[in-house]
Amino acid sequence: MAMFLTSIRVAVLTLLICACGYPALILGIAQAFTPGTANGSLLQRSDGTIVGSRLLAQAFTQPRYFWPRPSAVGYNAAGAGGSNKSPTSADLIERAQQTVAAYGATPQNPLPADLAAASGGGLDPHVTERSALYQVARVAAARERTPLEVESLVRRHAFAPGGLLSSARLVNVLELNLALDQMR
Amino acid sequence: MDAILLITLIVGGCAALSWPLGRYMRWAMDPSGTEGLAGWFDRLFRALGGPLTREAQGWKAYLFALLACNAVMFVLSFGFMALQQWLPLNPDGKEALEGSLIFNTVASFTSNTNLQHYSGEVSMSYGSQLFALMWLQFVSAATGIAALAAMARGLAGRSVFGNFFVDVQRATFLVLLPLAIVVATLMVLGGMPMTMLGAAKATTLEGIEQVIARGPVAAFLTIKQLGTNGGGYFGPNSTQPFENPTFWTNILSCSAILIVPMASVWMFGRIVGGMRHATILFAVMMALLLAKVGMAVACESAPTQAFSSLPVERECGNLEGKELRFGSAAGPLWAVLTTCTSNGSVNCMHDSLNPLTGLVPMVGMWLNATYGGVGVGMINMFIYIVLAVFVAGMMVGRTPEYLNRRIEMREVKLAVLALFAHALLILAGTALFAVTPWGTATLNNVGAHGFSEILYEFSSATANNGSGFEGLGDNTVPWNIATGMVMLLARYIPILLPLAIAGSLARKRPTALSAGTLAVETPTFGVMLIATILFLGALTFFPAAALGPVAEHLQFMK
Repeated sequence: MAMFLTSIRVAVLTLLICACGYPALILGIAQAFTPGTANGSLLQRSDGTIVGSRLLAQAFTQPRYFWPRPSAVGYNAAGAGGSNKSPTSADLIERAQQTVAAYGATPQNPLPADLAAASGGGLDPHVTERSALYQVARVAAARERTPLEVESLVRRHAFAPGGLLSSARLVNVLELNLALDQMR
Repeated sequence: MDAILLITLIVGGCAALSWPLGRYMRWAMDPSGTEGLAGWFDRLFRALGGPLTREAQGWKAYLFALLACNAVMFVLSFGFMALQQWLPLNPDGKEALEGSLIFNTVASFTSNTNLQHYSGEVSMSYGSQLFALMWLQFVSAATGIAALAAMARGLAGRSVFGNFFVDVQRATFLVLLPLAIVVATLMVLGGMPMTMLGAAKATTLEGIEQVIARGPVAAFLTIKQLGTNGGGYFGPNSTQPFENPTFWTNILSCSAILIVPMASVWMFGRIVGGMRHATILFAVMMALLLAKVGMAVACESAPTQAFSSLPVERECGNLEGKELRFGSAAGPLWAVLTTCTSNGSVNCMHDSLNPLTGLVPMVGMWLNATYGGVGVGMINMFIYIVLAVFVAGMMVGRTPEYLNRRIEMREVKLAVLALFAHALLILAGTALFAVTPWGTATLNNVGAHGFSEILYEFSSATANNGSGFEGLGDNTVPWNIATGMVMLLARYIPILLPLAIAGSLARKRPTALSAGTLAVETPTFGVMLIATILFLGALTFFPAAALGPVAEHLQFMK
């Protein structure tokens, strides 16, 4: 019995410090120093409406926007997930066929692999620079712009996420699309 | 090239940092004397814990205290989760959870497993996440560190194993909490959310509504990584960008998986007074870890097989289930580290790994001692050590001795029992679910990969890992009950038996060092240990591996 009473003392003590004190401290630090990212890196329009989060992908289907990687959960930011299909699965072949058709990829102009593969959380906000460039012709045509204008916008937005340690340069799709809308 | 740099940075950096941390953990967990700061903390913890903390516990009393304390944790967090719909900190109005799911989740977090049959942002209130789950992530990890400290004291020849109630406070407040505060602050500065505001509503540029779940992610994620817990705040764990926003948070998260398990080896070495022996153990674990990393990264560089007949570029590796911001090698590297230790968090979907890459995490869980969980990894390694000492002793005709105590029938029996229990829980469970609709009706993939999903789930539950081939529809009553029981058995049996062995050894008279003594501080012993681990640990599972990942590889990968 004494064992259980002591256990309860230890449990209450650790609860107070680890489950109340510790998160309160981190919350304080976060809200004091990095309130923007601490609340979800939300992007707002000039009128204050929230467009989305810089960190989360969202659906883009119109030709005038750059499209993100496929999402197994329909870009649900309140229920994320991956396809969890084996890379040998027939279901993946079927899904990739649809993606290939949507982009109109051909053996002469094959689709970059990241545009065919769904991300782990279904919310990967990036595509590779290569994949963004792959979409330039479509976006430029839909917006009646020269491909060169759109391409230079892509190149301005490309970055190496880990500097020298990165394997590919990436583009944040939502930020790129916001910049597209602001092009004059 | 960038892959090698990344691996060197993370694994090498952790190895370097583990040395001072191990030294610190020794100071925190096993202070010598009552002077200074350590003595002050000791008096504080005894004052806070009450009269029972002044008792000197032998191995049985220590174990009983551990079990009692874990039972209280289980009941309390069960209560929090069962009542979440009425408790505060529920801004998004999460509803009641189903009974078998609560049992599974509480068993999972109490046993430091963090197998998740729920999706955090869908089912859990902020209150449940913090008071039930995150709290258990601290105290279950602390339980493991305490158990290792106790076992090490026994092996050092002390008949007093310490006092669990003091040890668990030391591990929580002196080891895990300071580390968590530092790392969580870095995560916050790295761009991770930490808020108590409810979900945000966004309207996309194309005019669609998007609900954005958020919460106190940074605090949760940090202890998830440091305590080899692995249970994610969000359903898809550290693939969700809020739980791992950048390349740099990924490096930090990855290092946080490895650092405490590595330091546990040094802490063990310092308590038993055998740092050269600990160095050999560290090297053995490192060798096996690097072998697995190499295999996983190599296998995963093969492109997605499903796209081979389509006009899709084949230059980069398999990207299904992976995030771009971490870089190409980060997925398989994390997959290995998280299963070498018993962490179980993921930054890519293991179900979508190439078949042979998917085998590597399973091997990690089958061995479960190449660093292993905080504290308990080293305890699992002790089982292999006992067997290696025994087998080596038999082979060369020397007395099987470990740290000046003779290994005899009783110790070997207990060690074999521990190894047997591990294999039995994995293989019997897999067999049962592979031939009944309990398992077969819940699969997300067909054929050999479907079998792999079942095998992975039982391996993960038994190794107290918590990762999964997440396509498996595992939130069913049979899965919840079966894996819940397996996790509890697989947690406490491998703590009970090694403590019993240590208790039995501690009672023996120390043997004098002689020419007939088997040296455990030599590379020869290291090789012997690796052989024991591979023959006894890995070969047990070879037939199961052949039916799952190997069969899938041979069938599809050309």
